[in-house]
Amino acid sequence: MLLYDALIAPFTDFEFMRRALAGVVALALGGAPIGVFLMLRRMSLVGDAMAHAILPGAAVGFLLSGLNLFAMTFGGLIAGFTVAILAGVVSRTTELKEDASLAAFYLVSLALGVTIVSMKGTNIDLLHVLFGNILAMDDQTLLVIAFNATITLIVLAVIYRPLVIECVDPVFLRTVSRAGAPAHLAFLALVVINLVNGFHALGTLLAVGLMILPAGIARFWSRDITGMMMIAVASAMLSGYAGLVLSFQTKVPSGPAIILVAAVLYIVSVLFGSTGGVVRKLFPGRHLEA
Amino acid sequence: MTAQLQFRDVTLGYDRHPAVHHLSGEIAAGSLLAIVGPNGAGKSTLFRGIVGILKPLAGSIGLGSLNVRDIAYLPQTADIDRSFPISVFDFVGTGLWRATGLFGGMGKEAQHKIAQALAAVGLSGFENRTIGTLSGGQMQRMLFARVLLQDARVIVLDEPFNAIDAKTSADLIGLVRRWHDEKRTVLAALHDMDLVRDNFPETLLLARTPVAWGATSQVLTAENLSEARRMCEAFDDDAHTCAVDAAPSRAA
Repeated sequence: MLLYDALIAPFTDFEFMRRALAGVVALALGGAPIGVFLMLRRMSLVGDAMAHAILPGAAVGFLLSGLNLFAMTFGGLIAGFTVAILAGVVSRTTELKEDASLAAFYLVSLALGVTIVSMKGTNIDLLHVLFGNILAMDDQTLLVIAFNATITLIVLAVIYRPLVIECVDPVFLRTVSRAGAPAHLAFLALVVINLVNGFHALGTLLAVGLMILPAGIARFWSRDITGMMMIAVASAMLSGYAGLVLSFQTKVPSGPAIILVAAVLYIVSVLFGSTGGVVRKLFPGRHLEA
Repeated sequence: MTAQLQFRDVTLGYDRHPAVHHLSGEIAAGSLLAIVGPNGAGKSTLFRGIVGILKPLAGSIGLGSLNVRDIAYLPQTADIDRSFPISVFDFVGTGLWRATGLFGGMGKEAQHKIAQALAAVGLSGFENRTIGTLSGGQMQRMLFARVLLQDARVIVLDEPFNAIDAKTSADLIGLVRRWHDEKRTVLAALHDMDLVRDNFPETLLLARTPVAWGATSQVLTAENLSEARRMCEAFDDDAHTCAVDAAPSRAA
């Protein structure tokens, strides 16, 4: 019964916990597969940069119309898309690599956002944008998150094949199809959508956490991309659930609690993962015959 | 024989500096053409122009009725992320892109084709290995299997036998001959003159400008080869605008 009280009762007793759990499940379904692709394309830090690029847009939306869900979502989407598309276009048409062009644009976006915020004066509610609050999600927010997760899975299914080939052998894709560039831009759009999704629950600063950490975990348990995505989604859901329980039973805020649980899973995976984990590498066993 | 590819006074290069200078000529359908020349002669640049990755600085490359996406292209240093978790089977299967596209299913027939292609390059049994576990030669065999599946009218191979052992290159040259027998047009950049003499009826000797083009025995002469070696490799930053290019614009 103690176990029941600790692990299940919070969700049966409190509606806001059920809501939070639903939100986390949706975030995991959309964000984790995107995180896997970010990792495989060596774009993990790009996701982080994009999260920073979104912050000013969300802040501007907030300043213009208060703590309005749609204004903030819309602002974040516009800022994120602008930065993603400009960076994508610059890296595809010039010699500049994607990371460098993205760094340039997100810094501009960040500076612009901070300038606008300081001109209009700051507000304590901005903390909500920065750190999110998954325990205070209303129906609207939950619907937006579920909608975005659905869109993500559908679009990912559509662009999956060109996206994978673009990752492995971009020159080949260029010689057989024009789908490479649209698939890449659609993927960046999905990154933005999921970051915006994440900021409602975890805030802009941690939004990328539920995308990148599960992807890192998955790399240590699977060799193929389908397996990686399954493991990433599962570990993101597990982190979300355990994080919510941790946050409910202690005084740790929900966002950091979720990310901390994911971090623990990550460390365990780095140490004991079946493909390339540290322990496996240190004690590989005797070599085989062939 | 009809012309498959036509070079009309084409100049290809980077940042206005020509790497292939004023090339004209035709490649007949079904040709087996070797392109030889020193490093920096413009062989790869020519191929990049043919497959449409590089736009000509001047002149044009005519493909006739051929769609540029129906040319199978094997670059010199394939820009492949070998750490990506994809199996040999799936990777080779991407060669069927023109047939399957975004959503086309991989039915029994497609799987059979992939298995056949893998068998043809001697990679049966490697289906479920990830591409990162292959050696250099196995990698090249896998890339040939993908070209095989592309079923292209024109096949462009950029130094396909570099760093490949004798056994593997013998196997792969067998595939090239098979493509030739199937009346496909095959272009290959090569450095091994003996291999060219033994297998390629036609040769283009390139040293930025075309030095000689024709039957292999007449192209690969000592005089032609030493002339090709004299080619200046470095770009001249202070080079003047090419007079040959300027002339027609004055006339117009």
